[in-house]
Amino acid sequence: MHNLAFDIAHLLAGGLVLISFMMLYQDRLYALLNIFALHAAVLAASVAWQAFIQNAPHLYVTAAIALVFKAIVIPVALHRIIKQLGIHRDIETAVSIGPTMLAGMGLVALSMVLMLRVTGAADPLAREDLAFALSVVLLGLLVMVTRRNAVSQVVGFMSLENGLVLAATGAKGMPLVVEISVAFSILIAFIVIGVFLFRIRERFDTVDVGALDEFRGERR
Amino acid sequence: MTAASDAVAWVLLIPICAAATLAALPGYRLTAGINILASLGTLLAALSLFVIERPQPGQYLLIDDLNIVFIVLNTFVGFTTSVFSASYIAHELETGRLTPGYLRFYHAMYQVMMFGMNLAFVSNNIGLMWVAVEIATLTTVLMVGIYRTHAALEAAWKYFILGSVGIALALFGTILVYMAALPVIGEGQDAMVWTVLISRAATFDPALLNVAFIFLLLGYGTKVGLAPLHAWLPDAHAEGPTPISAVLSGLLLNVALYAVLRFKILLAVNPDAISPGPLMVTMGLTSLLFAAFMLYRRRDIKRLFAYSSIEHMGIIVFAFGMGGPLANFAGLLHMVMHSLTKSGIFYAVGHIAQVKGTQRIANIRGLTETHPALGWSLVIGVVAIAGLPPLGIFMSEFLIVSSTFARQPLLAIPLVFGLLLAFGALILRLTSLAFGEPRGNAAPADASYLPMFAHFALVLTAGIYLPGPLVVWFQHVANLLG
Repeated sequence: MHNLAFDIAHLLAGGLVLISFMMLYQDRLYALLNIFALHAAVLAASVAWQAFIQNAPHLYVTAAIALVFKAIVIPVALHRIIKQLGIHRDIETAVSIGPTMLAGMGLVALSMVLMLRVTGAADPLAREDLAFALSVVLLGLLVMVTRRNAVSQVVGFMSLENGLVLAATGAKGMPLVVEISVAFSILIAFIVIGVFLFRIRERFDTVDVGALDEFRGERR
Repeated sequence: MTAASDAVAWVLLIPICAAATLAALPGYRLTAGINILASLGTLLAALSLFVIERPQPGQYLLIDDLNIVFIVLNTFVGFTTSVFSASYIAHELETGRLTPGYLRFYHAMYQVMMFGMNLAFVSNNIGLMWVAVEIATLTTVLMVGIYRTHAALEAAWKYFILGSVGIALALFGTILVYMAALPVIGEGQDAMVWTVLISRAATFDPALLNVAFIFLLLGYGTKVGLAPLHAWLPDAHAEGPTPISAVLSGLLLNVALYAVLRFKILLAVNPDAISPGPLMVTMGLTSLLFAAFMLYRRRDIKRLFAYSSIEHMGIIVFAFGMGGPLANFAGLLHMVMHSLTKSGIFYAVGHIAQVKGTQRIANIRGLTETHPALGWSLVIGVVAIAGLPPLGIFMSEFLIVSSTFARQPLLAIPLVFGLLLAFGALILRLTSLAFGEPRGNAAPADASYLPMFAHFALVLTAGIYLPGPLVVWFQHVANLLG
């Protein structure tokens, strides 16, 4: 039974890394959002499984938040924003897909080498969870730096947060305060983002961050 | 409940209650008054921490010799900034840059930000500390974007993205610290309580602690504005309202620095972990040199002083990285002096930019002739921040340089080089700003000089004479820092 529990946790966390890779090569906003919803759903499953094997019922709350909020509410809201802004065309990736995928592989290798080496003493489940979580965090960062569009940067940031939640739930018995606060901060972050997107719409009629660069005070 | 835990509670309760009240109340005079009163109340509560008996460290809150310094500095500058902000905001309302609705939002956010920063200082739980830093970050993001101009939105967006990434890395580091503590302390709340962590840190897994510290340094270092991660800082300072620039430079950078210091102490306890010193020295020196060069090319007055903040945070991180009683003492002193001086400068700059209607350095000239009080205040402030005697920053910089010479003479060369470079840039800009043929609007300024004068008076006093008890206190804290 222990082995099965381990394998399923491994499968779900590994799946999360794989879905992070899928985000890297999406060149349409809608597709990116759908993949993100999938990402959040897998995260919810992974957290729920951790709750089950660690016998920690409070983690179900985190799982529920991930499922309802990140897999459903946010993608739907962002869908609407995209439709309102009329930007459901291509994403302008700053770096082309090939190099991005290679960089992604490099980052995953890096996090595996790093985390597996330093966590030798920890229990194997937490170890691998942490290694996968770091991969997801780094891939989220990669999504953020390879996109120029504000919406896809936000999606990259949220997938990064998913990695953090994975890490927090993998650490056995981490107090509830942190999970709630993570969820809470995501909420605030989302409000901030929402406000921003609408303001950006008001002022620029574009959400391309590159366009914002031109308004820098010093480039004259 | 004892008087002590009451005082701690007040430091947190006053800002949060004031925020709720201010969000509901209309009217400029009333809300600005309440903002000042609430900040004063918080300051008094913070000062009372000195005299009353300390509460036992709990699971969430902690008062010790280190954080009292930070809390009192924080609430003091918070109070003077609220006084400055009242007159600054009045002008912004007149010119129509802020609407009454946004004013309400501004005051409420100001108090929430003070709450976040105070919470970060008093928290005994590394998770809670992280949440508090995030609250402070998000509120400042909203305030930076409050003018809703192109530039302000871009600055806020950049700050938000970089700040969030930084804070995400810091959370990962926090989780790793918990993982390191897990085998020793066991599951649950205790493994995140700082006082418990520090008492058991010697037996933590050093490899995990090392990686955790790297993440924490990068994460919170982004918020300190250390060199490769500083990109948000100049924009956020230049485009937001000036009271927020003052608070960002004077206080928020300290909050992040405080978090780094806490974890540095934790690492120092473990004999097998890497020593955090060299990392901090490298980042500090990089920031100092980079910012010193960047100072020469600034055309915007608020951006100029934002880069000067990067420079000084570099010096402070360098000093704490060197470690040892003398360098730590100098670092602490420098931090206090920088907070006071830089916020004082921003008060002056805020009024100057309002009077002249521009932030471009080229369009501001001869201030000492047209606006003697503002002009000479700026002269004193810049002379102080550039590190000339007899002001406080000269003393702390002198201590840092001399302790570096005594221990690592080679490191002193880039340090002194950076200091001189920055000095040159600031004096160069100052001469064109303060002297020469007056240019721009010469109408009298409707300014509140008191906060500015109070800050500079303190800096001057500290440069000439440091009271004995204060020196003893700082020495004690410097020893704590290891």
